[in-house]
Amino acid sequence: MSYHIEGRDGPWEIVVGMEVHAQIISNAKLFSGAATAFGAPPNSQVSLVDAAFPGMLPVINSECVAQAVLSGLGLNAAINLRSRFDRKNYFYADLPAGYQISQYQEPLVGKGALSIELADGSSREIGITRLHLEQDAGKSLHDQHPSKSYIDLNRAGVALMEIVSEPDIRSPEEAGLYLRKLRTILRYLGTCDGNMEEGALRADVNVSVRRPGEGLRTRCEVKNVNSVRFVMQAIEAEAHRQVEVWEAGNEVLQETRLFDPARGATRSMRSKEEAHDYRYFPDPDLVPLTLDPAWIEELRSALPELPDAKKARFMAEYGLSAYDASQLVAEAPTADYFETLARGRRAKAVANLMLGDIQAALNRLGQSFAATPTFTSEAVGALLDMIEDGTINGRIAKEVIEEMEASGEGPRAVVARKGLCQVTDTAAIEEAVTAVLARESARVAEYRAGKEKLFGYFVGQVMKAMGGKGNPLLVNETLKKRLA
Amino acid sequence: MNLTDLGLGPARRALGRREFSARELTLAHLAAIEALNPRLNAFLLVTAGEALAAAEAADAALARGEAGPLAGIPLAIKDIFCTKGVRTTAASRILEPFVPPYESTVTANLRRDGAIFLGKTNLDEFAMGSSTTNSAYGSTENPWKRRQDPAARLVPGGSSGGSAAAVAARLAIGATGTDTGGSIRQPASFCGITGIKPTYGRCSRYGVIAFASSLDHPGPMARSVEDCAILLCSMAGHDPLDSTSVEVPVPDYAAACNQSIRGLRIGVPREYRVDGMPAEIEEMWRSGLAWLEDAGATVHDVSLPHTKYGLPTYYIVAPAEASSNLARYDGVRYGLRVPGEDLIDLYEETRGAGFGAEVKRRILIGTYVLSAGYYDAYYLKAQKIRALILKDFTDAFAQVDALLAPTAPSAAFAEGEKTEDPVTMYLNDVFTVPADLAGVPAISVPAGLDADGLPLGLQVIGRPFGEETMIAVAAQLERAASFTALPALRAGSPTI
Repeated sequence: MSYHIEGRDGPWEIVVGMEVHAQIISNAKLFSGAATAFGAPPNSQVSLVDAAFPGMLPVINSECVAQAVLSGLGLNAAINLRSRFDRKNYFYADLPAGYQISQYQEPLVGKGALSIELADGSSREIGITRLHLEQDAGKSLHDQHPSKSYIDLNRAGVALMEIVSEPDIRSPEEAGLYLRKLRTILRYLGTCDGNMEEGALRADVNVSVRRPGEGLRTRCEVKNVNSVRFVMQAIEAEAHRQVEVWEAGNEVLQETRLFDPARGATRSMRSKEEAHDYRYFPDPDLVPLTLDPAWIEELRSALPELPDAKKARFMAEYGLSAYDASQLVAEAPTADYFETLARGRRAKAVANLMLGDIQAALNRLGQSFAATPTFTSEAVGALLDMIEDGTINGRIAKEVIEEMEASGEGPRAVVARKGLCQVTDTAAIEEAVTAVLARESARVAEYRAGKEKLFGYFVGQVMKAMGGKGNPLLVNETLKKRLA
Repeated sequence: MNLTDLGLGPARRALGRREFSARELTLAHLAAIEALNPRLNAFLLVTAGEALAAAEAADAALARGEAGPLAGIPLAIKDIFCTKGVRTTAASRILEPFVPPYESTVTANLRRDGAIFLGKTNLDEFAMGSSTTNSAYGSTENPWKRRQDPAARLVPGGSSGGSAAAVAARLAIGATGTDTGGSIRQPASFCGITGIKPTYGRCSRYGVIAFASSLDHPGPMARSVEDCAILLCSMAGHDPLDSTSVEVPVPDYAAACNQSIRGLRIGVPREYRVDGMPAEIEEMWRSGLAWLEDAGATVHDVSLPHTKYGLPTYYIVAPAEASSNLARYDGVRYGLRVPGEDLIDLYEETRGAGFGAEVKRRILIGTYVLSAGYYDAYYLKAQKIRALILKDFTDAFAQVDALLAPTAPSAAFAEGEKTEDPVTMYLNDVFTVPADLAGVPAISVPAGLDADGLPLGLQVIGRPFGEETMIAVAAQLERAASFTALPALRAGSPTI
């Protein structure tokens, strides 16, 4: 069922396009040699070019171009062999040159597409209009001094990719999925770390509403939304606002708006009339960027396996469900972790343990598969092997995981220390079964009279008597035999 | 012998023979500056201490036999080249407290080869002008005087007027200039010296304060073609710090001075014959062609049909780029800051106080032509015409090896004569602007005097990276013209 907003006189459809600014992972800025590390002391990563000193000239950093081309290839997009840099002119204290170098007329990357998977299992293509390179601005700090603003130029000149989607998105859910998928692809490629809190990924959302079947109505741009959740909330709030405006008989005006997460609403930032005239023109300090097709092919051949392909392979090669495969491929290190463990083991069991108890433990620890000192692939592999060879059963495994989480020990050490080895000694099991059946003679009679549900109860009682360590298969077998 | 009368070639031969020291040569020029600069205002800053220290280093290098090609040669640097640790102003108030912590590539190349910098020379603010009267630090006086009216204070041309006056008055052996619309060639013509605007991309723009990036050409100014050629050898070369710099080997330009021009085809662009051009300039042009024919070249009429659009095109492209290039002077990071109530107020106060009238005029024009709704009609159209102007030259160079034309439509004028109306002033650049728009090299050589005894220049325009042929032709003109006239105000002249 497609997403609609129920209006007073019938449903409204929403139309969303996104402009995502993704900070490129690179050692140096787009047009200068200054470093780009996040969190460095203010103004410690600024070259004379970044600070726009007189006579300083930009020189393109080919590492950033390669990263943008890789991103374009990852989005199945056309790479333009010739692109050009333009100046976007406006005055602001954190924009040292008084212009931002961007690509306006001739972007580096043209049309592409990205596929998203909806909750109902269906998938949709969202078109990519273009991807271009541009510089970031610096940062104004207005809260450091009662009457002055401070400027930090560390970010000034850092390379960004602006990735513009077609207005193909039709629901807040799709917008969230688009952003997550884009983030996953860029992280796979190693071209952007996708960290929205640090501002490495920022989204501007263009929202309009219309009656089903209509052409496009006026859109508003909601700027600088900095989390997936806020993007979804902002779209929802903005779409509802527009529906109210239209239904009240008024016009939605084209403008730039900001999302206020605290109020869950958008507010006007500037109208179309107040919009800047950026006076774009080709930057005369730079020559057009021309790429060698052979170089692009070199980059293409070095592309890693991307999430869609990996997911399909996990389903085919390991027999995983679409859901499990999606979960495992969301982050490349998680997928690698899975493949390390799945070698020589039952893939389904690996997936279940990873996505179940281990994921839960990592969440509690604030760790991830990529970086966890306790639940390394070696440790979890050992745990899986102990389950598989019958040393412990599934229930004990849970306890072992909890113990590992608390103490940081390896699984074998936990099992040894706590004596959690599974009991497979048939004599011991027989003994426990005998004791339980003797104690529960009334229920045994009920069971025999046809209340078969009680079987599980007997299993539970035997396991309890054995401190949880009984081999569940043997316990079942013995009980069945004795109750027959 | 007066050391300040020596050209670069003779001076470096004499230095090599240790006939005098670099220190003596430098001291002679510093003394001339001390005597004449208070009147001429050619230098905005004299760096005597640094110059003498560099001279001593040059003497030591000469003594060791490890001297670079310019060891001990005192030069003047247009104050638009950033010089490390030395105040650089672009003749603007907005950069008044500015000392660059870096060196432009061109001046670094000159230092590498042993040159000595006497100081920084005056210019029209941000190189915007043809008279050096648009300087925040006062105008520069042309050392030449009208025979009939010696009291008139003539302009040295511009924007590299300080450099041209310094070289003409023997305050420096050579100088650096920049040519955006004629700013090397026109002042060279007005001051009776030689100046080269090389091919775009030949000399790095790194560290040169930008006026119009696609038009700014650093180049040499000196008292002979050979001296300019020697300086260009040092200044030129590929620079990875300037993306528009071109990777083409630097030939021995000085050697080109002695190349024969026999068989060369010289073009006469018919569109450069403009109404109202003084007869003596026409006459000099004809003489120039005759001299080249005498040396074995052939003369051909050529057409550069879009010449008449050169000035209007230039006065769209150059201000457009300038309006963006000068946005960085905002009072936030360096240079002048006039406090304001808020950020916008800070900008307005700072830029209002920091920029002169001509700079403000060009920023306004440039902002206008790039504005939404006007861009296509002005900037885009100008770019298309610029491409046609380049095609004019490409077509002409399919028929001829070099072009000959006057450098400027007049000799030096007096302060106030043309400065009232900006458009009249802009017409000064009518013959120089096309080569800037096309990026082709051009050189101005003094070729005669007008009735008032003021120098007039001829320019040779060459193919892209065809500086050698251009220099060979210019050297032939120089030999034939045997221009020996001297300016009234010069080092050791009796009039001071």
